[in-house]
Amino acid sequence: MLIIAAAFFPANAAFASHDAAPAPPSAAATPENGDAHASAAAPATPASTTPWWVWPLSLFIVTFILGILAVLGGVGGGVLFVPIVGGFFPFNIDFVRGAGLLVALAGALAAGPGLLKRNLASLRLALPVALIASAAAIVGAMIGLALKPNVVNTLLGATILFIVVIMATAKKSDFPVVPKPDALSQSLGIMGIYREESLGKDVEWNVHKTPVGLARFIVIGIMAGMFGLGAGWANVPVLNLLMGAPLKISVATSKFLLSITDTSAAWVYLNQGAVLPMIVVPSLVGIMLGSIVGVKILAKAKPKAIKWMVIGLLLFAGARSLLKGLAIWK
Amino acid sequence: MTNGKTKASEEQIAYAGVLNVGMWFGLFLLVVTFIVYISGVLPSYVPIDDLPKYWTMRVHDFNVALNAPTGWHWTALVGKGDYLNFVGIAILSGLTILCYLVILPILFRKKDTAYVVLAIAEVLVLSLAASGLLKVGGH
Repeated sequence: MLIIAAAFFPANAAFASHDAAPAPPSAAATPENGDAHASAAAPATPASTTPWWVWPLSLFIVTFILGILAVLGGVGGGVLFVPIVGGFFPFNIDFVRGAGLLVALAGALAAGPGLLKRNLASLRLALPVALIASAAAIVGAMIGLALKPNVVNTLLGATILFIVVIMATAKKSDFPVVPKPDALSQSLGIMGIYREESLGKDVEWNVHKTPVGLARFIVIGIMAGMFGLGAGWANVPVLNLLMGAPLKISVATSKFLLSITDTSAAWVYLNQGAVLPMIVVPSLVGIMLGSIVGVKILAKAKPKAIKWMVIGLLLFAGARSLLKGLAIWK
Repeated sequence: MTNGKTKASEEQIAYAGVLNVGMWFGLFLLVVTFIVYISGVLPSYVPIDDLPKYWTMRVHDFNVALNAPTGWHWTALVGKGDYLNFVGIAILSGLTILCYLVILPILFRKKDTAYVVLAIAEVLVLSLAASGLLKVGGH
């Protein structure tokens, strides 16, 4: 909440200016005649000696590794992608967030069908939550694109460090106790039964504190849209610890939920032009292939050691974003 | 051994089916169009060699410097290698709206009024986001 509140205070100062001086557009060049070169006489950045293909190749390699780590560390790809690529690649944070949303979206779209068919992701739980989170994500995306990059980096760094604290300290409950489902969840029929293979039995579940939980998704949606992060790190604690859904249902529904929340924010970035295929496609393919390899390694890996490695990586990336935003580490 | 109670609902199965087909189709298209893009088979709106000069800019400055399209104006440029990729991106981004439209008749038939309202509201929210009507100002 503090992070969201803080986002509004520097906004007055931040909204007005931009980092790079734009080159004047040429009246002769339009999207219709399809000639960008004519309008691009004076690019703001000096020509780099690094060939263009180095960057998508580097992105592919880095995101492949991130995909492995994300699976082993039990986090979404987006939460690793945005601070690391934003902190260590030359791309503007606007394009990194657009790519981050699409990376998280693709992961959620890929996982969604299996989770829904196995009845681990619950449509009845997801639909009310998704409506609130996706509407909030649009607001978050619009705020995020209007803020200055240094403000975004500072808030992103602070958010990532906050996520590190959550990951390091939050407890999880496999089967939370729900003494009495609340009236809203009962009227919406948010409940279900799933097969818990580890116990060899069917588990009935329902939820409570639904209004409070739904209110939390306003904040989660705004943060997802603003920073281009998948929001699994926040979805799961709210669904599991607050609303009382079993851990498996919470994790699966959270993953599916991202396919809806990130869709709304992704459209805002796409419509503003903040999506570059040269960044999106290598990242998306890299992280998906990495995830496939990660699943294979998972059986042999030591989850606790990996979790702390991911926390360390996020700590480093979060500190980098924060210090970059504060102009301490440029 | 699973029983009927643990099975996913009809609308959940329908949603999953559309999502599965659409996701693979969108991803396939994205990869193919990217290969077309970097192979140079089609000319790019922004020449690939020049792209590193611009991707450090804020999106607003990028659009101004290159006269790049916003909203749905990219559809006029699908003959260009870079904007051809937007077809796959738009399919992946629009898939959720399609999934909701597929489950709406099932929810109607079940007289699940609350979820009909939720599904219609979600379609409206996502359509608004996709419409390009929302502008980010202040630059």
